Amino acid sequence: MNLGSYLPGDSLVHRAPAGVKLVLLAVGLLALGVFRSPWTVTVAAVLTLAAGIATGLGARVLWAQIRPVLLVSAVVGAFQVWLSGPVQAAVVVGWLLVAVLAAGLVTVTTPLPRLLDAVVTAAGPLRRVGVDPERVALLLALAVRSVPVVAGLARDVQEARIARGEGRSVRAFAVPLVIRTVRYADRLGEALAARGVDDD
Amino acid sequence: MHDVHPLIDVPDTSADTLTGMSTPSGRFSARDLALVAVFAALLAALGLPGSFALPISGVPVTAQTLGVMLAGSVLGARRGALAMVTFLVLVAAGLPLLAPSAVRPQGGLAVFTSITAGFLIAWVPAAWVIGKLVEMRPARFPLGWIVLANIVGGVVVVYAIGVPIQAWVGGLPLTKALLGTVAFLPGDAVKVAVSAVVTAGVLRGYPGIVPDRRHRPEPQDAGTAR
Repeated sequence: MNLGSYLPGDSLVHRAPAGVKLVLLAVGLLALGVFRSPWTVTVAAVLTLAAGIATGLGARVLWAQIRPVLLVSAVVGAFQVWLSGPVQAAVVVGWLLVAVLAAGLVTVTTPLPRLLDAVVTAAGPLRRVGVDPERVALLLALAVRSVPVVAGLARDVQEARIARGEGRSVRAFAVPLVIRTVRYADRLGEALAARGVDDD
Repeated sequence: MHDVHPLIDVPDTSADTLTGMSTPSGRFSARDLALVAVFAALLAALGLPGSFALPISGVPVTAQTLGVMLAGSVLGARRGALAMVTFLVLVAAGLPLLAPSAVRPQGGLAVFTSITAGFLIAWVPAAWVIGKLVEMRPARFPLGWIVLANIVGGVVVVYAIGVPIQAWVGGLPLTKALLGTVAFLPGDAVKVAVSAVVTAGVLRGYPGIVPDRRHRPEPQDAGTAR
């Protein structure tokens, strides 16, 4: 089951541990955001593009990462040219595109379970403040599992609403959907309690 | 599998645990975890195309902010905020759960580097604030109070976090960024109204679910081990 945005490959970028990629991404983008200059953005753009080429996924995949933000980047760029000149515009838009491409690269080269495992690992030090990493893992798994179930509930409620001739009523959709969702959660909670989740 | 029979699926013993803030030690019980996970999934379902279309012309209105308001209102502060965190973690991990938009991808880490990232991160404190305020609602005229909670949490908090981050990422002056978001206010007003009406409807259809400070129902399932 490939639920996420992962694209398989065996490049160095694919094989790098998820935690390393996430930390590099966070530290890199934060540093770049704080020290935004034509110089740093150029270096970051070259590094990110090099990493993108190294994934071996091809130009179309790289393009697909930045395509969703092209429109807004053009608007921001035009605004910046008018506001503070072309150099500043290039820096702001360049940063935006580098950030989106770098983040997209991490997402497409790391399978969903590995990313979720990284979150669980990151929750480890929070044990001191009462966060149980095993429960974090359980919660994430339950949420992933519940997405198609609740989407199915939404479909059922939608059909019921149309059948009752209330096709446009938001209330006729949302109230039953929330109530059915809560009932589903009740049964899920009972099943978890029966399996001893509350016992430790 | 998820089909609910209206006659045999009676919500009886469960309502009391929904109103409690969770286990006495402050930990999340199994039912809390289930509610949090399922509301994160509900947020995803509200982003599905076609499930919802608010009749506001010209302005792209996503029903997912409605999900944020509902999670805060129905689950309360702690569980509502955790549901938002759970949803955002799944989005960050690459699940395309966000409603389609012209300014960002539907999932993946790039969502959090886009210009509207602040509006998504703000969902966590927004759900918390809404939950806290709904928990403090007065016994009389709760609908007006729920509307107020949704305005403060769902609009004020979201903009207070979203607009400065948008200004910073886009390199815009704060006032200009603020002006650009005014177009969304009518949609927000509709969502506040819808959320309050739906919360009131859920309150009627499933009494005891929406957390309430003062009068929690007596536990009815004393025999059930928790």
